[in-house]
Formats: sequence, structure tokens, C-alpha cells
Amino acid sequence: MRLSEHTQGRPYAKHASRIFTLLCGGATWLCVFILLLLLWNVFSFGWNSLSWDFINSYPSRFAEKAGIKSALVGSLYLIALTALFSVPIGVGTAIYLEEYAPASRWRTLVQINIANLAGVPSIVYGILGLGLFVRAMQLNRSLIAGALTLTLVVLPIVILAAQESLRAVPGSIRQASYALGATRWQTVWQQLLPAALPGIMTGVILALSRALGEAAPLVAIGAATYVRFLPENIFKDEFSALPLQIFNWTDQPQKGFHEVAAAGIVVLLAVLIGMNAMAVILRYRFSKNKRW
Amino acid sequence: MSSAISSRKQLTNKTAAVGLRTVFESVIHVVLLACAAVSIITTVGIVFVLLAESLQFFREVSVWEFLTGTRWSPLLKPQHFGILPLFCGTLLVAGGSALLAIPLGLGTAIYLSEYASVTVREIVKPLLEVLAGIPSVVYGYLAVVFVSPVIRDTIESADLFNAANACIVVGIMILPMIVSLSEDVLRSVPYSLREGAYALGATKLDVTLGVILPAAMSGIMASCLLAIARAVGETMAVTLAAGATPKMTLNPFEGIQTMTAYIVQVSQGDTPAGTLEYRTIFAVGLALFVSTLVLNIAARWVLLRVQEKYE
Repeated sequence: MRLSEHTQGRPYAKHASRIFTLLCGGATWLCVFILLLLLWNVFSFGWNSLSWDFINSYPSRFAEKAGIKSALVGSLYLIALTALFSVPIGVGTAIYLEEYAPASRWRTLVQINIANLAGVPSIVYGILGLGLFVRAMQLNRSLIAGALTLTLVVLPIVILAAQESLRAVPGSIRQASYALGATRWQTVWQQLLPAALPGIMTGVILALSRALGEAAPLVAIGAATYVRFLPENIFKDEFSALPLQIFNWTDQPQKGFHEVAAAGIVVLLAVLIGMNAMAVILRYRFSKNKRW
Repeated sequence: MSSAISSRKQLTNKTAAVGLRTVFESVIHVVLLACAAVSIITTVGIVFVLLAESLQFFREVSVWEFLTGTRWSPLLKPQHFGILPLFCGTLLVAGGSALLAIPLGLGTAIYLSEYASVTVREIVKPLLEVLAGIPSVVYGYLAVVFVSPVIRDTIESADLFNAANACIVVGIMILPMIVSLSEDVLRSVPYSLREGAYALGATKLDVTLGVILPAAMSGIMASCLLAIARAVGETMAVTLAAGATPKMTLNPFEGIQTMTAYIVQVSQGDTPAGTLEYRTIFAVGLALFVSTLVLNIAARWVLLRVQEKYE
């Protein structure tokens, strides 16, 4: 009632409404404009330095000769190792919470704990990695120490995504499977996981793209920014990573390095976009032959 | 399904296999339990590592000095160990970026949820996801190369690297988070509330500001708190953009240092492990961990209170 009185008493109500619409719309298009401006800036700045030589050479003290070979290879190693650790542990945790654990205080505790871990800044994980993997476990600044640290960073993302896709599988599938005499694990392995796979894979790819862009935890564990060799032993050799290399170049005062950094960002974003495109394609292909 | 049937046959035919299967099932259960334990161990590990080193730090520096001291210079003589300048820097960046991102993000969320056509939403939402996926070091680069020169051209007294610089890029960083979380909350407001208000003759503005926004307020507040927590923990962009001079100031055009940036500075330097200077990063890390934890818990608390009210 109060609202209708308002409109009748205010001849400008319609105009105010229109102005508000314009303001909100303006905010939206401003966001889009900012995004496009940022991407355009980076691409136009980095395009000139981008070449096969740039991808295939090691970092250098001279901007013209600097390349990202060691950083790119380091990043690919890191992603592969992080996937190796985080997928089984993350999906395992999700299965445990959704299908095994009874509704108890313990389950609530684990769930709240995961939600809190998702909000812990990545540099804090870096400090944990420094104390636990680099020093206590004597893994030094190796690829494996970096990958384990990144695993902890992305684990909550994997767990939450996998839980959500398991929850989306209809209960009737579980009941049908149990009715046919399948055990709990048979139900999970043969029915639920295949059904939840597209969602899980999307979450994993999202988590790995986060891991690919993370520099802070790697800085905290002391990963190198200037590496002129490819890692051979994942337990010993020092490594660098794309975001670290970009950080290092951006931190240099010379303009030349800023151009190289932009080229590095273009490579990083290209890998990220490739991964995300893969997630979209996977989701699309699997959703076509969904069984319910 | 057929595989389930065949396994059923195996079960009835070979009773010996049943015992084996039960063992297998309990092994699986234990393995899955161990996976879930990893997350608990992670939390315990974080608390343990931070506390163990911090306690050694606090043996030499009093907690009181650490929490109330207004000068921070652990790497230079004379040493000072007051965290307030770092805390102030973090607050300035988080507050400034929230000031930029909340109005813009909220406006976008309202537009997408209440006004935009399906086509516009289908275009804008994926674009914002791209924005959310850009790594933080890229924002740092943008701050150094593009934002900083603009600020220096506009305000001559500004330091080369300054808080405003960091506020702008961190604001852009947390923008997609505010938009997507707030939009979810706005869209979850029951449609009947909108229809009821329209039936009373309200304009779209009345409905949005008078009905939808109050109904979604707690969810929006939670999303803002989460975004601020993210800004507090943001590291690479702030390290590159805000400078490296711990300072108690509210002037955004001065160089400052945040808690996260300090940790990076020490990690990159050659401070030997086991020294007092080195332990500062654990004490600062602890302060950072507690700050973000409080913000996250506050966000969840705000959210829970609303849910109770609605159901």
C-alpha cells in the first residue's frame, strides 16, 4: 500500500526507475569494457615479443633474448603433478562426505573445515609448504614440493565441485543399484562416478587453471625466478613457473622486460583459455548422453 | 546396470568371494576416510607451522609490541616489530578496492538479475568468468604498466607505486566474485515477492530497492565480506602495485606495504632461516590467517542468519 501511494504521489517515479536501470546497465557494460580494455592492453603490448624464439629460449639478462622455455615446462610439470595428487584425494574426500560418512558431528566438522580452507589466502599455504614440504620433509625447492603446496591450495575447489556433481546424481540411481545387490563401492564406481564425471572434470580443470596462475605460494616456498635449465629430477631440481617468471619480469625497472612480461601473459592466458575451452567441450559432450 | 546384475550373480555363486568383498569394501572406506583426513591435517598443519614459529618469535618480541607498535622495520637497524603499518596497508587496499568494487559489482548484479535480457546475461556472465579466471600476477602487471602511469599523470604528488594503484586492480579482481555471488542471491528471492509488489502498483525501482534488495541483503553482505577477505589475502598484484614501504597512512597515493607483500619480500630476499627476521613472516602469516578466517566466519554467520529467517 505504501508503495502504490509512493508512485501516485511522485510524478518522477518512472524517471527515477529509468535512471536506475541506466545506472545498473552502465555498471554492467563498464565491467565488460574494463575486461576488454585489459585484454587489449596486454595483447597489443605483448604481441611483438611473441615468437617461437620467445617460447623456446631460456630467461636472460637481456630483454630481447629472454624466453619462457623453463617457466613453461615448469608450469606444465606442476599442473600434471598437482592433478595427480589433487584429483584422487579431492574426489575421494567428496565420495566419503557424500556417500560414506553418516550425518554426524565429524562430517559437519570436515565440511566446515573445507569451507574455511577455501578462504585461506594462497600465500598462507605457501608458508605451510615452506614449513612442511621444503623443510620438514626435506624436499627443498623441488617440483614435488611446489606441486604438493599447490595441491593443498586447490584441494577445496576440487572437493566442493565433486561433491556438488555427486549430489546432482538422482537418488533413484543409488537405490536401483543397491536393489540389484551392488555394494556401496560398486554403486559409487560403476554408477555415481560415471554420472558425475562431467561435473567433476569441469571442477578439476577450474582448479588446475587456478593452480596454473598461482605465484604467491611458489614465491613463499622459495621457487626460483631465474632458471636456465629444464628440470630432470622432480625431487631435486629447482624450477620456475609462468606466473613467477611474469612476476620477475614485471618487477624489473626496464621497459623491455615489461614487453616480455606481456608476451608471457599472452602465453599464460592462452594455456588458461585452452584449458577452459576443454572444460566447456567436455561438459557439452557428456551432457548430450546424460541418462536421466 | 548390467555390470551390477552380473556382480550380483558372482555374489550368490561364490560365497567365498563375499568375505573378500567385505574386506575390500572396508579397505575402500578407510582409504576414503584418509582422503577426508587430509583436509583436517592441512588445517592442523597451517595452525601448527604458524604457531610454532610465531611462538619462538614472540619469545623475543612481546605480543603487545607486535600488535600495537606503529613502526615496522625488521630488516633494518634499528629494528621495529609493530605490525600496525602492515595491517593499515592491508586495510587501505581492502577498503579502497571494496569501495570501488561493491557499487559497480552490485549494480551489475542487479542489472543481470532484474533487468537484463537472457541474451545479455548469456554474454556478460561468461565474460565475467573470464575476468575471474585471470591470475593475480596479471593484475599486478596491469597495475605497474597501465594504471600507475595514469595515476602519476593525474596526481603529481603520487608515489611511483601506491595504494590507489593496488586498490584499482584488486577492485577489478574481486568484482566478478561480488557480481556472481550477489546475482545468485538476488535471483533466489521468490518471484511471488516481486509480483506482490507490482500488484500494489510499485515501479521497477520500488521493487528492486524496496523489496528485492532488502530481501537479499544478508546474502549480499556475505558476498561483500568474502570479496574483502579475498582482497586481504591478495598477494602478487599488491606486491607489484603498492610499493614496499610499511607506513601508517590513509593517503591512497602514498606507497605502502601489506601483510602479504611483506611475506613475499622476505621470501624473495636472502634472510637466513631460523633468525628473528625470518620468523617475522610466520607471525605476519598468523595475523593474516586470523584476519581472513574472521572475515570468512563472519560471512557464513551473516548468511546463516538470513536462511533461518526465510525458511
